[in-house]
Amino acid sequence: MSMLTVTSAPHIRSKDSVSRIMLDVVLALIPAGLFSVYLYGTRAFLTIILGVASAVLTEALIQKLTKKPVTITDFSAVVTGLLLAYNLPPSAPWWLPVIGSFVAIALVKHVFGGLGNNFMNPALAARAILLAAWPVQMTSWVIPNADAVSSATPLAILKGAEGTLPSLRDTFIGNIGGTIGEVSAAALLLGAAYLLYRKVITWHIPVTYIATTFVLVTLLGGKGLETGIYHIFTGGLILGAFYMATDYSSSPITAKGKLIMGVGCGILTAVIRLYGGYPEGVSYSILLMNVAAPLIDKYTVPRVFGEVKQHA
Amino acid sequence: MKVKEVLINGIIKENPTFRLVLGMCPTLALTTAAINGVGMGLAVVFVLALSNLFISLLRNFIPDKVRIPAFVVIIAAFVTIVDMIMHAYTPGLYDALGLYIPLIVVNCIILARAESFASKNGPFLSFMDGVGMGLGFTIALVLLGTIRELLGAGSVFGYKILGEGSITGLSFLSNIEPAIIMILPPGAFFTLGLLLALLNKLTDRKKQA
Repeated sequence: MSMLTVTSAPHIRSKDSVSRIMLDVVLALIPAGLFSVYLYGTRAFLTIILGVASAVLTEALIQKLTKKPVTITDFSAVVTGLLLAYNLPPSAPWWLPVIGSFVAIALVKHVFGGLGNNFMNPALAARAILLAAWPVQMTSWVIPNADAVSSATPLAILKGAEGTLPSLRDTFIGNIGGTIGEVSAAALLLGAAYLLYRKVITWHIPVTYIATTFVLVTLLGGKGLETGIYHIFTGGLILGAFYMATDYSSSPITAKGKLIMGVGCGILTAVIRLYGGYPEGVSYSILLMNVAAPLIDKYTVPRVFGEVKQHA
Repeated sequence: MKVKEVLINGIIKENPTFRLVLGMCPTLALTTAAINGVGMGLAVVFVLALSNLFISLLRNFIPDKVRIPAFVVIIAAFVTIVDMIMHAYTPGLYDALGLYIPLIVVNCIILARAESFASKNGPFLSFMDGVGMGLGFTIALVLLGTIRELLGAGSVFGYKILGEGSITGLSFLSNIEPAIIMILPPGAFFTLGLLLALLNKLTDRKKQA
């Protein structure tokens, strides 16, 4: 009887799901986390655990309170908590990741409608709020392997703070001061390669972002090529470009839009790093471009297939 | 009975901050400390009550076409009085509130009440409406100011509660580091937004019951 099944399109479905994508991001972030725990010890580990646990708990609590289905198993809260913890200094007091994750999930994600509706990257917005709320705790850096010695980050030194610049090799591997997640460029690139291979992210935003920053810093920094390379491997540029600027709900949809987003982030980062009041500008530039994403989407709407360009 | 209704209306049902969402400029800018809320709020009570009274008394003499300039002149007269009194007797508060005292002239709560209430009702009711609205505004400002001062500076009305040197002497309170962002402009928006959401939620529940 029912030899022919009639269904409507689409017939080919992708196996991608939110939880699979988020799990991929978590996997990609693990090398950087492991490296940081090796470098900074249990404090970094505790900060990461607290950030993740607080993010997941907050998500469950809010979804319970608003009587929505509890979706903590889709790993999206884990990613937010992880990214937030990666944005904190290793010497952060225990309540910093807890409050940060709460702010990220409650204020930035769920107030605006939950997963897919946040207009900014939750982890970055929470970081910006924490930085404004507790500037001292958020900017106390320690040199790895020298317990509790505070120092300026390489970017601050480039901008004229006291201290000696680490070697390029150290900045690439991660033997420098910085936030938990950003120190090891090598580990981050390893994870990024996995994300690109799994097609979780596309190259557009990260490549244009990093290239724009590199070109501008090299040309305008006044210290030539080496400064440009330092600027790529220090600070949060790689972490931000691959893992945060590519957030689905707060970045443009089309390829053209993504290129604009990447260039915009790059220009803002270079301007803040070279001329701004802070040594680092990755988080603010991504947040600013997040806000501009709807506008970029509006101007890069692709033509519908078959539609003829209209002449006014 | 009517008088009581008018008075309560301004404080709860049509609270200028939480219900009408008027006069946002001083609400957001001045609530860095609870005491600022008290000062600003009482100044507005004075101006609102007296300008409502006089506008109501003169409502039959003011030609319709020039009513707004006429209202502003009356309001400005009372704002000038408040400005001078505060300058003379509470110089500290006067410095803290700064420009926002003369700006009461253009506070939309006052003009809105003049236009929508005082120009249509008798002097006594208008006076009470001014007092009620002013008190509603004061309560809202003090609430915002208390929350922001506690979380942002660790104190309430200048008494240290959180952070080092807490007057409570409790160690867990003095270990909490106040979040500076709460007394910065973003803190004003966070607090106001969350309070509005909370109040909407509460009144919504009342309606359903």
